[in-house]
Amino acid sequence: MTNDGPGFFTSRLSDGIAWARKWSLFPYPFVTACCGMEYMSVASAHYDLDRFGAAWPRFSPRQADMLLVVGTISQKMAPILRRVYDQMCEPKWVVAFGVCTCTGGFYDNYATVQGIDRVIPVHCYIPGCPPRPETVLDALMKLQARIQKEHHGLRGMVGLPIPPPGEAT
Amino acid sequence: MGNPMPENPVLNRLRAQLGEAVVETHAHRGDVTVVVHPDRYHEAMRLLHDDPESDYDFMTDITCVDRLKLKLQPRFEVVVHLYSSRHNARIRVKTRPLSDTDPRVDSIVDIYPGANWPEREAYDMFGIRFNGHPDLRRILMYEEFVGHPLRKDYPVNKRQPRIPMRDIPDDRPGMMFV
Repeated sequence: MTNDGPGFFTSRLSDGIAWARKWSLFPYPFVTACCGMEYMSVASAHYDLDRFGAAWPRFSPRQADMLLVVGTISQKMAPILRRVYDQMCEPKWVVAFGVCTCTGGFYDNYATVQGIDRVIPVHCYIPGCPPRPETVLDALMKLQARIQKEHHGLRGMVGLPIPPPGEAT
Repeated sequence: MGNPMPENPVLNRLRAQLGEAVVETHAHRGDVTVVVHPDRYHEAMRLLHDDPESDYDFMTDITCVDRLKLKLQPRFEVVVHLYSSRHNARIRVKTRPLSDTDPRVDSIVDIYPGANWPEREAYDMFGIRFNGHPDLRRILMYEEFVGHPLRKDYPVNKRQPRIPMRDIPDDRPGMMFV
């Protein structure tokens, strides 16, 4: 039997792994600024990230698979963010939380990185200053939908292409 | 508006000791400002701190003004705010480094230890060199940074990334750059 794509068994397996992964995202909150307050609000009981299985922040990048960049990234901070991203194991997804991480926001100056996609690839952009918790949950659900679409195998993962900078997942 | 020659015991003491080095004084609603010559700046601060009549025991802040666009000479003006907890009084001391290319004033860390970091900040942002500062290096920007970003001739759009930036066009669709 010849087959171009994944067979029945591997595609079922991929779906299963994707299902497990999208409901057990371990976020690494890279919190640098005021958006952190909104992140806390999302993570707390009222909005409750735990409903999506993404409530347990891992403060080691090696144990995390979702990098939440929350707050302004300065030029001084950029190499540290890059290192944290490099230390994370595959599979990993990056969420830009707040307009400062998306574009630099109103910090169009010498000190601020004009969007973290200039440093690391980004899968999901959340605009807002700061974003409403509902926006964050919406982004999380979109990221879950994306993870479900990716191909997950036992020997690794064939991810979807990282979207061009500035374009939402 | 400000009174050009306010009657103030602290100012009288300063004038008595420094004479011509007190370049200019004015007061607005009881807030006194004194401009001193940079050569006598350290002496003036010592007097303000030690003299029981002034007794300015708290250094609130040190900053700097780049007067390039105001077309004033000398270009830089170092501004120090002091507070006296005994007299509940404040004073603003200004001094104008003589050179525009290598602006230097004396450090007051030996009088006010809390001046250490504000002086480093003024050095970082404006390039003012404080003579006698124990550890004059950048405090906010990174070591590799070239220039002083709050100077008025620092290009607004100049960026100095520490790591190579990913190649992204500035005019991305759906994105507004003002």
